[in-house]
Amino acid sequence: MTTNAEEPATAIRAYPNGPILVRGDFELLDEDGVPVATDRRTVALCRCGRSAIAPLCDGTHSLLPRTPRS
Amino acid sequence: MRLPPARGPLSEWLIGRLCEPQRTAVSPAYRSKLPWADEDLQLSLWIAYELHYRGFEDAAIDGQWDPEVLAFRAMLEREWVAWLERECRVMPSDAPIAEQLRELVDAEDGPRLSAYVRRHATLDQFRQFVANKSVYQLKEADPHSFGIPRVDGPTKAALVEIQSDEYGGGRPERMHAELFRTTMRWLGLNDAYGNYVPEAPAVTLAVSNVMSLFAMHRRWTPALLGHLAALEMTSTLPNRQYAAGALRLGATAQDARYFTEHVEADAVHEQIAAHDLCGSYVDDHPTALSDVLFGASCALKLDNLFAHHLLDQWKDKQCVAS
Repeated sequence: MTTNAEEPATAIRAYPNGPILVRGDFELLDEDGVPVATDRRTVALCRCGRSAIAPLCDGTHSLLPRTPRS
Repeated sequence: MRLPPARGPLSEWLIGRLCEPQRTAVSPAYRSKLPWADEDLQLSLWIAYELHYRGFEDAAIDGQWDPEVLAFRAMLEREWVAWLERECRVMPSDAPIAEQLRELVDAEDGPRLSAYVRRHATLDQFRQFVANKSVYQLKEADPHSFGIPRVDGPTKAALVEIQSDEYGGGRPERMHAELFRTTMRWLGLNDAYGNYVPEAPAVTLAVSNVMSLFAMHRRWTPALLGHLAALEMTSTLPNRQYAAGALRLGATAQDARYFTEHVEADAVHEQIAAHDLCGSYVDDHPTALSDVLFGASCALKLDNLFAHHLLDQWKDKQCVAS
């Protein structure tokens, strides 16, 4: 298998009315700069501000009114 | 596991055939108005499908491909699928598939089983809930893995990413079925595969049987993907409540880990399932849209019936007690 030097080490994607998914190499720190314990290869980051496990997403956004896609 | 006891003429015929394949008795005919609640039908389907998973130590080794058994299963599936089509087929719109799935999930006005479990369930009720769940959870993700060789490109990548997580990402102790075993042991339940099948009601078997129906037939691949999306999209919030219920009843963080794990994992999975998995599949197969939604709708419907079954039972007991 060849590796593509242009391929980014981390891929970040926003989902409509949902969280941001981060895949690849990353270090996640909380508001105090303390590493967030997660050994997942892909994490979902809260975008609605209501997650009980922020900065990770816990699905709470699905209870909030949705904004139509612009 | 061993074959469970029969519940009527259908399962009696099937069990007999699997134990003694040389027997030539003709399988009984079948008609039912409410297939999801039919004990004999759902147990027969469950046994017929289980031959394709772990199987039974006391069944003929090649019972899986016995033409008589396959013909029998096909007969049962006709009624079962006809009922699912009547109850769960929904009209697709022009909106992106992820939006349509979200609308389906949001429109589901099911009973509040998770809220009840969080606040009120007794330890016995929680135990009953988990014993019922174990029928599927001890082979969690297995039905949807049948979809992997049937899809390509981004759809396959999305499906494998979800399934890899379900199976612990290479670490057996993190496999969801194993985390579930920890919860079962906390409750003093037997965590052997299939242990609670003999006492599981028809509706619990139906929850598993609908996944297996979609898993066995390549023709139902889109429904299998839609079914997975519905599971993932209805997971984070209820699992948070189940975790809170377990902790209220004295579970340690480790005992409740199965539920808390699903909050974090499925926040990721629901996006992948709705957008990347179903989205890419429908992009490649536009005519499959209706079947993707059908699969999701079947998952929601049966989950709903299962929740009703437990809550009704618990409510009746409360009335008797008071």
